[in-house]
Amino acid sequence: MGFLDSLKKGLQRSREAINEIFYMGGEVDEDFWEELEDTLVMGDMGAEVAMRVTDDLREQAARENLSRAEQLRDALARRLAAEFPEAGRDPFSDLPSTVLFVGINGAGKTTTVGKLAGRAREAGVPCLIGGADTFRAAAIEQLEVWGQRAGVDVITRERGADPASVCYDVVDEAERRGAQLTLIDTAGRLHTSADLMRELAKVVNVTRKRSAAPVTVVLVIDATTGQNGLNQAREFNDALELDGLIVTKLDGTAKGGIALAISSQLGLPIYRIGVGESIDDLQSFDALDFCRALVGEGM
Amino acid sequence: MAVFSSLSDRLQDTFDSLRGKGRLTEDDINVAMREIRMALLEADVNYRVVKGFVGRCKEKCLGADVLDSLSPAQNVVRIVLDELTVLLGSTDSKLTLAQNRTPNVIMLVGLQGSGKTTAAAKLAYLLKSQGHSPLLAACDTHRPAAADQLATLGGEIGVSVFRGDGRDAVAVAEGAIREAVDHLNDIVIVDTAGRLQIDEEMMQEAVAIKQAVRPDQILMVVDAMTGQDIVNVVTEFANRVDFDGVIMSKLDGDARGGGALSVREVTGKPIKFVSMGEKPDSLEVFHPDRMAKRILGMGDVVGIIEQAQKVADEQQIEDAERMLREGFTMDDLLAQMQQIRKMGGLQKIMGMIPGMERALAQAPQAVDDSQMTRIEAIIRSMTREERLRPKIINGQRRRRIATGSGRTVQEVNQLIKQWDEMNKMVGRMKGMMQQGGGRKGAKKGRRAMQQMMRNMGGGNGLPF
Repeated sequence: MGFLDSLKKGLQRSREAINEIFYMGGEVDEDFWEELEDTLVMGDMGAEVAMRVTDDLREQAARENLSRAEQLRDALARRLAAEFPEAGRDPFSDLPSTVLFVGINGAGKTTTVGKLAGRAREAGVPCLIGGADTFRAAAIEQLEVWGQRAGVDVITRERGADPASVCYDVVDEAERRGAQLTLIDTAGRLHTSADLMRELAKVVNVTRKRSAAPVTVVLVIDATTGQNGLNQAREFNDALELDGLIVTKLDGTAKGGIALAISSQLGLPIYRIGVGESIDDLQSFDALDFCRALVGEGM
Repeated sequence: MAVFSSLSDRLQDTFDSLRGKGRLTEDDINVAMREIRMALLEADVNYRVVKGFVGRCKEKCLGADVLDSLSPAQNVVRIVLDELTVLLGSTDSKLTLAQNRTPNVIMLVGLQGSGKTTAAAKLAYLLKSQGHSPLLAACDTHRPAAADQLATLGGEIGVSVFRGDGRDAVAVAEGAIREAVDHLNDIVIVDTAGRLQIDEEMMQEAVAIKQAVRPDQILMVVDAMTGQDIVNVVTEFANRVDFDGVIMSKLDGDARGGGALSVREVTGKPIKFVSMGEKPDSLEVFHPDRMAKRILGMGDVVGIIEQAQKVADEQQIEDAERMLREGFTMDDLLAQMQQIRKMGGLQKIMGMIPGMERALAQAPQAVDDSQMTRIEAIIRSMTREERLRPKIINGQRRRRIATGSGRTVQEVNQLIKQWDEMNKMVGRMKGMMQQGGGRKGAKKGRRAMQQMMRNMGGGNGLPF
């Protein structure tokens, strides 16, 4: 299944909802705008962004005399795409690179690390996995299974070890072996836990200081997350100065609108999106493709 | 915080602009309902659920007693809150288990990463502490090392874990039942793999496990942070595996948890427990009233009181009683300021009180912790007698105190005037206490007194 296909499948629900609006009659009236706004809200985009986008589109429609719904579909996709900032550098292909994965519990950090390691291995990039989640029961074992599947070594320590010193070891080992891509998994934590956030800040600082290769801190976020995702991202960003996002679990019926809200409000690029279970389902992100898939192919 | 300002603040703003109109019209209520709609959407309550809910609230709000009342904002908030509490259901954290069956079976289902494995261990811990002998069945045969995770958690709380061959989830579940019979475990908790509701194969597996072990209770674990999609998720799970109740996980974060409302409204299933952290004992009873306030963003009033109680000790309760008996002294004022410091400064406390955020935005200089330092200096320049009986402070003493603390006489005057007002307030409280005292009994009165002291600290009683 090609990228666009799986993405489209993933975003089917949101598209159906928007299609419903676009198919209703052809003429744009007051109800249309209200319904469009509601639909965007339903996609977890957040009331604020939804209102802004709707207002802008409304203005554009008046200015360019777009009165038919299908004309607006393309304009909407473009308008939404404009909300995403560009990624300056792709940490998974501009090598050497050290990437730290952070996020709340259950966002899909370990799985993402496993998949990315598999991709790197396929592409022949010397890669190393670091297991700095020394807190959760069996997190290390889970990562080791992924390492075996991908054929990539996992450097870690026993449960309860200091995660910052694990990172130090991992970077050491990566440099000794000449690994081009180092992927470090960290323990999931809620952004409201000040102590755990401080611990994570230390992990990030140690890695940034130790690693000769550029360090990228990536927030992994579950596409089913609602408006709290913005709080999460903001707290993680304040504590760690994030570089970008990876959005997982877009293969459900969740619309992933929270990705747009976070990306646009915090100015963080999206590096990858997860649209399925298999290794190949972790895809690069193209804002316009994503938004087209979100609103449907009208033009 | 601006986005998450509480509903009562927003409504206050809305109704403030209508002041002087005498009577509110239906249009005014419509404006208020729009605010409520936004508050609910921000809390991730599903859009369709919001629509229905707001409609019902509007009908109730149009009742004449709301429109004519002096404080329509409060009335509207009360109606919304009541409606929300009712909708969220009662406190029903009971697991209904068949009496004549051994072992009883509880099955957990949910999306990936919602917290099933953690919840399974917590549930086992809870049941064990109630005198049961639970067995955990590791039926997540998909996620790498999921069984290891359960085994580790089980080991920590002293509950055995059945892993079987780790391949076929149905076989593991069946094996766990036999194991429980052999080892005299009276409850089996079946932890299953996370699955998407649209993954046909995986949903089929859940149904197969259900048919194989016929659980007494199926609990769905739902992440409190889930967004609008929660409706699709729970509807599908309800149709396919028909769960009996919900465990809301990750409520120790700051998600408003509007999903709880969506789940109730769409499936009618009760929220049985809330899960508040990583420790095994953090599975708690669900309180609909607290949840309703949380969804509306009404400020963590319960939190303030609990925090205050943590800091308060016996000595301070005695002080409070003495204060009500003998009046408010400058020493009391000093003690209160230190109390506020202990709780994290004025800014923090005020931020937790509904409505305060709005007041702060208007007058940021009102909450200046350095003002407290100045007042402290003035009080510390008083003699012991002056502090106990501020009435004796005459002009000459005022000048001495001002010189001693490095402040002006005007500031000393101001402080004494404010003390006088607070003293009067304590007098009024005393009257209130005596009225309520007989009915409530001594112990309750004491608690009320303690809270009253805190309220004074956080409200506008203090001179800054």
